[in-house]
Amino acid sequence: MKVANNGGAGSVVLKKRITKTELRRQSVLLIIAGLYVIYGIVFYYLPLAGWTMAFENFKLKDGIFGSEKVGFKWFKTLFEDKTFLRIIRNTLAMGVINLISTTVTAIGFAILLSEVRNVMGKKIVQTISYLPHFLSWIVVTSIVKDAFATKGMINELLTSLGIIKTPISFFMHTQYFWPIVAISNVWKETGWNAIIYLATITAIDPSLYEAAAMDGAGRWQRIKHITIPGIRSTIIILLIMNIGNVINAGFEVQYLLGLGVLKPVSETIDIYVLNYGMKNYSLGTAAGIFKTFVSMTLILLFNFIAKKTGDERLF
Amino acid sequence: MFKGKTKHKMSRWDWAFVICNTIFLILFCIVTLYPVLNTLAYSFTDSSEAILKNIHLIPRKPTLAAYKQVFEMKGFQRGLIITVSRTVLGSFLSLFANALLAFIVSRKNFLFKKSLSLFWVITMYASGGLIPSVILMRYLHLTGTFWVYIFPGLVSAFNLLVLRTYMNSLPDSYEESAQLDGAGHLTVFTRIISPLCKPVYATVFLFVAVGHWNSWFDAMVYNRLKEKNTTLQYELQKLLSSLTQLNPTTTSEGKTENMTTEIQVRAAATIATMLPIICLYPFLQRYFVTGLTIGGVKE
Repeated sequence: MKVANNGGAGSVVLKKRITKTELRRQSVLLIIAGLYVIYGIVFYYLPLAGWTMAFENFKLKDGIFGSEKVGFKWFKTLFEDKTFLRIIRNTLAMGVINLISTTVTAIGFAILLSEVRNVMGKKIVQTISYLPHFLSWIVVTSIVKDAFATKGMINELLTSLGIIKTPISFFMHTQYFWPIVAISNVWKETGWNAIIYLATITAIDPSLYEAAAMDGAGRWQRIKHITIPGIRSTIIILLIMNIGNVINAGFEVQYLLGLGVLKPVSETIDIYVLNYGMKNYSLGTAAGIFKTFVSMTLILLFNFIAKKTGDERLF
Repeated sequence: MFKGKTKHKMSRWDWAFVICNTIFLILFCIVTLYPVLNTLAYSFTDSSEAILKNIHLIPRKPTLAAYKQVFEMKGFQRGLIITVSRTVLGSFLSLFANALLAFIVSRKNFLFKKSLSLFWVITMYASGGLIPSVILMRYLHLTGTFWVYIFPGLVSAFNLLVLRTYMNSLPDSYEESAQLDGAGHLTVFTRIISPLCKPVYATVFLFVAVGHWNSWFDAMVYNRLKEKNTTLQYELQKLLSSLTQLNPTTTSEGKTENMTTEIQVRAAATIATMLPIICLYPFLQRYFVTGLTIGGVKE
């Protein structure tokens, strides 16, 4: 990746040998590092050890080692449960829709903004575009709820343009929910996600554009033949990095907006874990393991495809 | 971008492109800003006016009544104190913890440089999930305390990588000359490296602080039963959902009162919680832009 690949590994490789003098010289660093390892084990690795809960009838009073072992019972329960299968569908569908829509809008916005020559105007637009990223999902969902309300601005706009005659109750019909989730994500993150693409576009050699302009290439052709190939590797890296998040699909929007009649299309794995897992710890852990498993598989799979097609890759 | 040293004549298509692009970007700004400005307008509108007509950008009969009402709410005051505390304390502690660790793993001759980095990078991809963490917090007796907001996220692999990349890019000569003068590792960290890292420290601080300010999920999971420890956003959510549950179509006297106060109080609470960040972020732009581009490095 071209962006800021400064320094780091591979500059000078010195063979280090663990000797007594080195150990003594680095004693302070080693003690502190030890504390960090203890912290990491407690807060990051112990929860991983907690995965054993998924294979037992976990009870708080019996502890992780004392609870009854039940093998794959909870996984079976999950996959025989029609609700859970529908929840997997919801999660993956919203995850994919969100990933595609936020990536496409971020790239589009970055390209269009990079074409602006007026430095001041560009700065203003960019500053405004970051704003929603800093708002909490509580605030964003409340804004979305107001905007899509029957008397909200979307309905007002659509009726005044004559596209619809009577206001639509967006939150009463399941078919509008996934698009609303996607729109919320796009509204919140387009400007933020565009930052990295803009940085990559800025790093493209300006002489390429000048040469193209000299040969009579118009704006559109320069975008198509210089800008887009220039950010291709960044797009692929970010896609690989984010593909694992498809299974995360967001939790807040669905949890805060997908109420009542919308539940069949709005519930995601995270919501399932929160609703059922807090009562049945083993079942919740099993669902969590499934999530990590899917996310790792997706990352490795896409990394593999990128490797095969000769593109940049993560590992 | 390329500044036209050699001015080329713009074709008709180029002009069309520029005009469409400008219109599009202006529309983009309107779509981004309008909902926020609309909320702002409602928050200042007098309760009697708010139901009569849709408010757009200009408040009618401007008043601060809604804000007064919000800041007099006990839950809101408490949430504000908790959120400010966790933002200040959590961000400083987290920055310090991440920076010190980044310093250690970015020392060229540190014996366990590779293995310690790997130890943390793994945590970025493999996480235990919600339930094991909930159980862990119970075993550690952090559930129902303020500290559950501080300890679990103290060190994070992402911030660590951002800081490490920046520290790796600093020239070694500073450290070497300081060590010749007899400075220990910690002196090098506080006196030599940290002053050079100010921009990236600002970045990480900003990321962590925004996360703390906007957090509500941990409050819901760990402190739902401990009212004195809930955060501002959690209180906002309570306020937003409780007020919308009132039935706005009932016309009995009491209910109308509630209904008329509803929208501008919601708006005022929303604006109040977002105000600090909105005022600060435009001035910190360059920091998070560098942070994100560093964070995008292939590891």
